Amino acid sequence: MRTALPMLLGLLALAPLQAQAGGADLLKSQCAACHALSKPASTSIDSLWDRKAPDLYYAGDKFNRDWLVGWLQNPTPIRPAGYPYFKNIIEGPKHDEVDQSKLKPHVHLAKADAESVADALMALKPDGVVEKGLYKGGSVNMRMGAMTFDKFRGCVACHKGADGKGGFSGAELTDAGKRLQPDYIASFIKDPQKIDPHIWMPTLAMNDHSIQLLTGYLIQLSKQEKK
Amino acid sequence: MRHHSLLFGSAFIAALALVAAEPADAAGTSIERVYGTYCVQCHGLKRNGTGINLPALSVKPRDHTDAKGMGTLPDDEIFKAIKDGGLAVNKSVLMPSWGGTLDDKQITEMVHYLRTVCKCGH
Repeated sequence: MRTALPMLLGLLALAPLQAQAGGADLLKSQCAACHALSKPASTSIDSLWDRKAPDLYYAGDKFNRDWLVGWLQNPTPIRPAGYPYFKNIIEGPKHDEVDQSKLKPHVHLAKADAESVADALMALKPDGVVEKGLYKGGSVNMRMGAMTFDKFRGCVACHKGADGKGGFSGAELTDAGKRLQPDYIASFIKDPQKIDPHIWMPTLAMNDHSIQLLTGYLIQLSKQEKK
Repeated sequence: MRHHSLLFGSAFIAALALVAAEPADAAGTSIERVYGTYCVQCHGLKRNGTGINLPALSVKPRDHTDAKGMGTLPDDEIFKAIKDGGLAVNKSVLMPSWGGTLDDKQITEMVHYLRTVCKCGH
């Protein structure tokens, strides 16, 4: 009995570590077949065509943990045409369409596994991918944000924004602020090629004002939209 | 001395190999695949402006198969539209600038490719 208490305390102290190790194991067994968990040695347009899913080696600087935990238990499509979009499109009568037969459902995890995988993903934070502190915060002019997203910069051409309206080749951004960290959003808008070389999102040479406005707009939009 | 020149020779060959290898990555990807990665999202698999994003676009993308419309555009204007975006040639902002994604060599190659798509050589 005397030895039981320290042993129990010892086991309790070990528990979070074991959970993390479990998450890392799950990452390897459940995620690594489709997602890159370490930085690829080289990148090219051709390597984009070999991808089955987005890279996750900087997931800790990209996602919000709470969103990950929820999404991993109930994954809903983030990209209307899957990933990469260009492998899932077919000619249609009026315009190209998504070949639904090519879209594969994402793996579902139980709550405990979702928690440990989210922890393991949040630990993936390589230096130099995301520009820390790029998003300054502050009040957002939503009308200007909407105008910029829809008209001045044409983000809506590829991304779904307010009311779920927009294009198909980019990630849905209606709830991007729930899914993504502000500095990641700002860094990706600023230079998507720096984060993900050869990605099909163009670099629009935006000034800091536009980067702050669009990032703030997307964060605020997520709070307004019901999903 | 002979050793030195051998060493120098090897280094020179290695350097040449590096110089030769560098553009191979960009050139290794076929221009059709470059089109199929970036341009196809709006200009479409048929190359006629009917890409998957068409329903979300307020302006229809250029029909690259239109020999008449494409035929009026000089090469340098097409190059500029791809590199700097639609606004740079007084067209829609919905055509973004690809200069941060593609290098000049790829863009030049794309201009030549578009001439084969429209069958309207300049």
